[in-house]
Amino acid sequence: MSTVHTTLESANDLQHYRTAVQQRASRVDRIVRVCCGPGCIPKGAREVHRRFAEAAEALDEENVVVEARLTGCQGLCECGPIVTVDPGGIFYQNVKEEDVPEIWRESVVGNRVVERLLYQDEGMDKPARTAEEIPFYRGHRRIALALCGVIDARSMDDYIAAGGYEAVAKVLASMAPEEIIEVITASGLRGRGGGGFLTGRKWQSARNAPGESRYVIANGDEGDPGAFMDRALMEGVPHAVIEGMIIGGYAIGSSDGYIYVRDEYPIAVERLRNAVGQARELGLLGENILGSGFDFDIRLNRGGGAFVCGESTALMASLEGRVGEPRAKYIHTVESGLHEKPSLLNNVETWANVPHIISKGADWYASLGTERSKGTKVFSLVGKVKNTGLVEVPMGMTLREIIFGIGGGIPGDRAFKAVQTGGPSGGCIPAEFLDEPVDFDRLTELGSMMGSGGMIVMDEDTCMVNVAKYFLNFLKEESCGKCTPCREGIAQALHILTNISKGEGQEGDIEKLEALGTLLEDTALCALGKTAAYPVLSTVRYFRDEYEAHIREKRCPAKECPGLFRYEIDPETCTGCRLCAKKCPVDAITGERKEPHVIDQEKCTNCGTCFDACPFSAVIKV
Amino acid sequence: MADTQTEPVAAIIDRYNGDPGMLIPMMQDLQAEHGYLPQGELKELSSGLAVPLAQVYSVATFYSSFRLMPKGDHTIQLCMGTVCFLKGAGKIAEAIREQFDLVPGGTSPDRKFTFAPVNCVGACALAPVMVVDGEYYGGLTTDSAVGLLEKIAAGDKPAGEAVVDKSKAAAEKEKKRGVAKKKKAAAGEKKGGGLKKKKKPAAGKKKSGGAKKKKDAGKKKSGGSKKK
Repeated sequence: MSTVHTTLESANDLQHYRTAVQQRASRVDRIVRVCCGPGCIPKGAREVHRRFAEAAEALDEENVVVEARLTGCQGLCECGPIVTVDPGGIFYQNVKEEDVPEIWRESVVGNRVVERLLYQDEGMDKPARTAEEIPFYRGHRRIALALCGVIDARSMDDYIAAGGYEAVAKVLASMAPEEIIEVITASGLRGRGGGGFLTGRKWQSARNAPGESRYVIANGDEGDPGAFMDRALMEGVPHAVIEGMIIGGYAIGSSDGYIYVRDEYPIAVERLRNAVGQARELGLLGENILGSGFDFDIRLNRGGGAFVCGESTALMASLEGRVGEPRAKYIHTVESGLHEKPSLLNNVETWANVPHIISKGADWYASLGTERSKGTKVFSLVGKVKNTGLVEVPMGMTLREIIFGIGGGIPGDRAFKAVQTGGPSGGCIPAEFLDEPVDFDRLTELGSMMGSGGMIVMDEDTCMVNVAKYFLNFLKEESCGKCTPCREGIAQALHILTNISKGEGQEGDIEKLEALGTLLEDTALCALGKTAAYPVLSTVRYFRDEYEAHIREKRCPAKECPGLFRYEIDPETCTGCRLCAKKCPVDAITGERKEPHVIDQEKCTNCGTCFDACPFSAVIKV
Repeated sequence: MADTQTEPVAAIIDRYNGDPGMLIPMMQDLQAEHGYLPQGELKELSSGLAVPLAQVYSVATFYSSFRLMPKGDHTIQLCMGTVCFLKGAGKIAEAIREQFDLVPGGTSPDRKFTFAPVNCVGACALAPVMVVDGEYYGGLTTDSAVGLLEKIAAGDKPAGEAVVDKSKAAAEKEKKRGVAKKKKAAAGEKKGGGLKKKKKPAAGKKKSGGAKKKKDAGKKKSGGSKKK
């Protein structure tokens, strides 16, 4: 199914092209969608897809056409690789390469269901046949990800058949730039990258800024650990980002676009490059797009592996081939950004929302979400949660609905302790706020932030001091070192935290951390530094007793900080197998064969080897 | 250092029309070509673009993906993202460091491995996860990670997804921890009054989650009674 090589010279051409690809699609009888998202590829999804594609190719039945699509993330990463078969939307999970012949024979060709590969969890009396029957998918509302997991991630024809580039045709044919900005403003769309700034207002400033040339930039430098929303989006629907950018370029009067994508995401780089090439080939990028007289092209830049480059001024410095150091923002980048020209930078998820808002209208978008946070938000739901996955839900859904409803709660019947949102700049929200709605303002009030959408669930075995330490360590490594508060302040706070976690904390340490946190917030140059202390401040705010236990009682309540708890052997459970004694590096374990063993606490270094080694779980933490 | 097979710097510069703004992509291409950034080539790049060598060097040392030293035969990217960290990536890093004499960012003395802990590879469902030569290995433990690398060092390349059955490993771990917790609770009581036996049915009851777990509890039980 090769692309017809044409250049689209008008909106009419695009419409004809769409009709042609739709007609071709209508001849397909069965569609197999193999999820090749971030979670499924490592589990062998590519091989699964290859097998289906080969089978589809080799099919010589005259009247049946099967298409094997390689799609972006379908959401439920926990159960990947995921394969869905249409018609019927039959949802198969944990599909291995060797399952392909059976699915092909039974489901694709035979139109029957392979029961053993259906999804089922404890709460269900019978297996789910389709995604809609799976609790994880309840409450999802996909807009930015609407076509992710549905179309073939590499195919522009699929994107166009599903209505892609309709919004571009619409704005070029019938909307004035000011009108577009009005629609975006009225939709209430706010920046999805972290700041939550009103997108329409940003566009307006970029349009109003004096100067001839200006730039449009998509930030795909997703750096928050535990977040893969942007990765999934760029890999699954790269054309949505491009389409949004064309509209943005037209609205502010720019003909130069940049996508800054993280180099650690090679598939995203490849898909975007491929998509930009396809769009150029069809004439949707380049000169005189659809005969409108509007020129726009996109250049792809790969990041160099610096977290701080997610910050807008640092990103622009990096685009200029310099070290990614932020600058003070008393002059906004919308006025003077890349090459000192007005520059409109939005996160890739923000861009992906734009075509939908243009097509369906501001009112439609504004009808979703809460008072001040409109639309939907993509989250990567990860950590100690049963259903790890990619979730797009309307703003205002409660944390409980997301974590327990969609996420299925905490594995192993452990208790929920906190959820970390907003990446290293965010904070930890404890159980008492589980019923709070998730929107920009509420999360900020709770001492965290929306950020780009990472949602990391922690259970009772997670030590909050250790979590704070982890984030500060991350930020210390990633601090560019330009401003003193960030460079020295983070290191100092980390030093204090390290002492606390080693049981060497002192009275007054918590207050020092708070003082440092406030100092950072007030004086650091960029958002990385200003928010660096949030993981500390929010854990101190909600889990002060845990800090105090470390400092005063030299005890780690979650039993995670080495040295602040003991290992013991439960004589009831110990079978005397000698395994732990053999593995102990300091010979601290004694006991006769078939008799309960004992750990000599004097000798023990708390390394935990015995805990990991014991096949009977007889080694316990106390 | 450059052998004759590699692409000359001039060709890389041409690819980006000599735009100094594309310095980073050029350096990325250079590194893709050589596996690291050789000094001579960096100097050529600097003079070819009329960008001060100091700027080239500052870019090379600022961004974590650039290397000024040759790479080992295999590249280990250990994910240090939040989820991997919560699930034990720190311990794995430590074990790799000890076992192969590898510091983060460094190459082992035998040039077998280059060790690059990365912030997040975005494969949180597989945590803790390690990427060796582009192949993903998930659900690792310290032992399985070291074992895997030993195999790779010996010239064997295990298929990514086959190495560790993540669900199994996770279930195992959960089981272990869940039971340990119960034990702890029971142990606390026991110290006071020696409530023997009591926690066994409790452990059994807790297992209602899955058939596999149940079986395991049974096993444990019989192990216990044998002991008596």
